[in-house]
Amino acid sequence: MSDDSGKPGLGRLRQRVRAIERGEAAERRPVLSTGAAALDDALPGGGLARAALHEVVPGRADWDDGPAAGFCLAILGHLLRRVSGPVLWIARRQDLYPPGLAAFGVHPDRLLLARAGDDATVLWAMEEGLRCSDLAAVVGEVRALDRVAARRLQLGAEAGGMTALSLLRPSVAPRGREVSSTAATRWRVGALPGAAGAVAALPGRPRWRLELLRVRGGHPADFEVEWDDATGDFAMAAPFRDGAAATAGGVAIS
Amino acid sequence: MLFAVDARAAAAGLGPGLPLAEARAQLPGLRMATADPAADARALRRLADWCGRYSPWTAPDGAHDGGGAAGVLIDATGCAHLFGGEDAMLADLVCRLRRLGLGARAAMAGTPGAAWALARFATTDTCPTLTVPAGDERAVLAPLPPVALRLGAAEGELLHRLGLRTVGDLAALPTATLAPRAGREVVRRLDQALGRAREPIDPLTPVPPLYVRRGFGEPIGVRADLAAMVEELIVALCRRLEDAQQGARRLELTLYRVDGTLQPVRLGTSRASRDADHLKRLFAEHLDNLDPGFGVEVMTLAATAVEPLSALQLGLGRAADSPAPAKGGGDLASLIDRLENRLGAGTVTRPRPHGSRLPERAVRPAPPFARDAATWPDVPPRPVRLLARPQPVEATALLPDHPPARFRWRRLRHRTAAAEGPERLSPEWWREAAEVRDYFRVETAEGRRYWLMRTAGQWYLHGVFG
Repeated sequence: MSDDSGKPGLGRLRQRVRAIERGEAAERRPVLSTGAAALDDALPGGGLARAALHEVVPGRADWDDGPAAGFCLAILGHLLRRVSGPVLWIARRQDLYPPGLAAFGVHPDRLLLARAGDDATVLWAMEEGLRCSDLAAVVGEVRALDRVAARRLQLGAEAGGMTALSLLRPSVAPRGREVSSTAATRWRVGALPGAAGAVAALPGRPRWRLELLRVRGGHPADFEVEWDDATGDFAMAAPFRDGAAATAGGVAIS
Repeated sequence: MLFAVDARAAAAGLGPGLPLAEARAQLPGLRMATADPAADARALRRLADWCGRYSPWTAPDGAHDGGGAAGVLIDATGCAHLFGGEDAMLADLVCRLRRLGLGARAAMAGTPGAAWALARFATTDTCPTLTVPAGDERAVLAPLPPVALRLGAAEGELLHRLGLRTVGDLAALPTATLAPRAGREVVRRLDQALGRAREPIDPLTPVPPLYVRRGFGEPIGVRADLAAMVEELIVALCRRLEDAQQGARRLELTLYRVDGTLQPVRLGTSRASRDADHLKRLFAEHLDNLDPGFGVEVMTLAATAVEPLSALQLGLGRAADSPAPAKGGGDLASLIDRLENRLGAGTVTRPRPHGSRLPERAVRPAPPFARDAATWPDVPPRPVRLLARPQPVEATALLPDHPPARFRWRRLRHRTAAAEGPERLSPEWWREAAEVRDYFRVETAEGRRYWLMRTAGQWYLHGVFG
C-alpha cells in the first residue's frame, strides 16, 4: 500500500504482518464489495467479510438512527443481489417500515421480521439465525453489544458462513468511551448536509459520514458517501478530507 | 341444608339433604364448610385430567340428582394391558387415589352405563373395585336398584310406585310395555347400560389421534432422565405420525407427577413436522422449565393438531410450495419454530402490503409461510422508520403550503434546508372522520431527513429516512 513505501524490506515485513493479522486464509475468505472503491480499499480483502459480524452505530448523540439504518440496508441490498433467501431482522421495536426499504435495494418480500423482548433474546435469536443456512443474513437491533456477545456472534457468523449485522439503538445517547468490540468492522454512521441550501430546494440523495472505527486487519478511516437509490449503489464515496478535525469536533459535541 | 357428608358424619346418621338445624341437633360437634359446586366441578375436572395417565379418553361426570356420586369416566379400550390387565389397572387407580387422600371406587364394564352403576351400587369400601366381562352386564346389574341406571329422582320414584325394585325387573319387561309407563328416558338408560344403545363418552379434551405414553416403575426426577424420556416419546410419536402420513402442528407433553398434579407443555410448529430432531430441539427449549416435583410417574406426548404430510413432501418440492422466502424449507421452518417458541407465537412475521392509503396501515404482518399474491404498490419515497404514532413537533416560521422552516422534535431544534411535498393522503372516510394529511419529505441543515405531516393545522413527525 502507499504508506509502505519506505525501505523495500520494511514494506515486505509490514505486508507479512498484515497477512498474519488477517489470518492466513484472508485471500480465500469471501468478501462483499460495497460497490465503492474508496470503501473497499480500506477493507482487507477488498470488501466486507461475508462470514462475519459488522457493527453499525448511529453517528451522533441523537434520537433517530436513520443514517445508520440506511447504511445497514445499503449493505444488505448489496448482499441480497448476490445471495438468495430472506433476511432475518430482529428488533425490540417494530418501527422498520418495509415500503421504505426498496430504495436501498432490500425488497420487503425478502424480510422476515422477529420481535424480541430484550437484548438477550435479540442476541439469542441472532445466534439461532446464524445457524440457519436458508437465510441470507441476520440483522439485530440491540441497545448495547458487549465484548462477549459480539465475540459469540462473530464466531457464529464464521461457523455458519453468514453475514451478521448489529445495529445499535441505544436507549440513551451514547456518551463516554467506546467499548472495544470484537466484530470484524464497526461503523459509525451520521448524516451529512446535502448540497441543497434554500428552503425551496428539494432534498437530494442521502449523504452520510461513515467512520470506520474498527476493522480487523485494516486501519480506521472516515468517508463521505452519497447513496443513489436509483442505481442502488454509492454514487460517491471519498475519504473524509479533514477527518481528524471532524472526529475531534464530533466527540466534543456528543 | 347438608350438601355432602364425610364417612364419620354418615356413620352418625347424617346425609345430604338434611336441614342444617336438624343436623346440628343430632351432632353438636358438626364442622361445616360452605358448599362450592363450581370448585367441586373444577376439582373433578382436575381429577379427570389426572386420569389421563390411564387413557386419553377421560371425562368428568357430575353427580346425578337421582343418586350416585360424581365421578370420572375413562374409556380404557386398549389401555388396560399396559397396566397388567383390567383388574390390575383398577387396583392401581384406587390405590393411587387413596395415597392422594381420596376414597374411590371403580368398576369396569362393557358399557359406560353398567360401569357407572357398578362403581356406585355394587362396590363396597372393603372391595372397591369390580370388573365385569363384556356381555355379563345384565346378570350383574339385575339385583341393583333402578336408580343405578342414572335416572332422575322423579323417574326413580315412579318406578318405585310401579313396583319395579330392581334393574332385573325392568329388563324383564318388554320395551313396548315399559316405554309408555316409565318414559323414554328409562328405556334409553336401560339400553345404554345393557349395551343395546350406543353411548359415546364425551371426552374432556378432543382426543388426540396420535398419542404415546411411557410409565416408569420408579418416579423419575433427574433432568437427564426426563430429557431422555422426552426424546424417546418424540421418536415414538414420529414413528406413529409417519405411519399415519401426518405431521404435527401442535404438541402437548404432559408430566404426571407423584403428588397427583400435572405439568403440561404445549408447543406449536409453523409447518407440519415429524422430524424427530427438529421436535427434540423445540422441546429442548422447555426442558429447563420442567418441574418434576417429587418425581414423574407417567409421561404422555400427544399430537393435538396434525396435518397430512406425505413422505414425498419432506425431501422434495421445498421451493415449489413456498413463494417468497424462496428457500423456505425445513431448515427455515425449524428456525422459525424455535424463534416463535421462545419469543412467543406470532412474533416472526413477513410484512405484506395492505390496500390502505394511510402509511401505518399499508403494511400488515403475515405468518412467515402465508401465501398471497399481493404486490407492493408504487408509492413516492417512504421512510425507513415509521413511528408507531405521529409525534407532534413544535413548528415555527410557517409559510403557507410549505413545511415549517424551523421545528423542534424531541427537544432538538432543526432547520429545514430542503423539502419536497406535499403528498396528500386522504383518510379512509368509511373508517373514521379524520382530516386529510399532507406529507413533506424534509432535509434539515444537518442532513437529517424526516417525514413531516400536517393534519388539522398541527405538524407531526411520522417517519425517519435513511
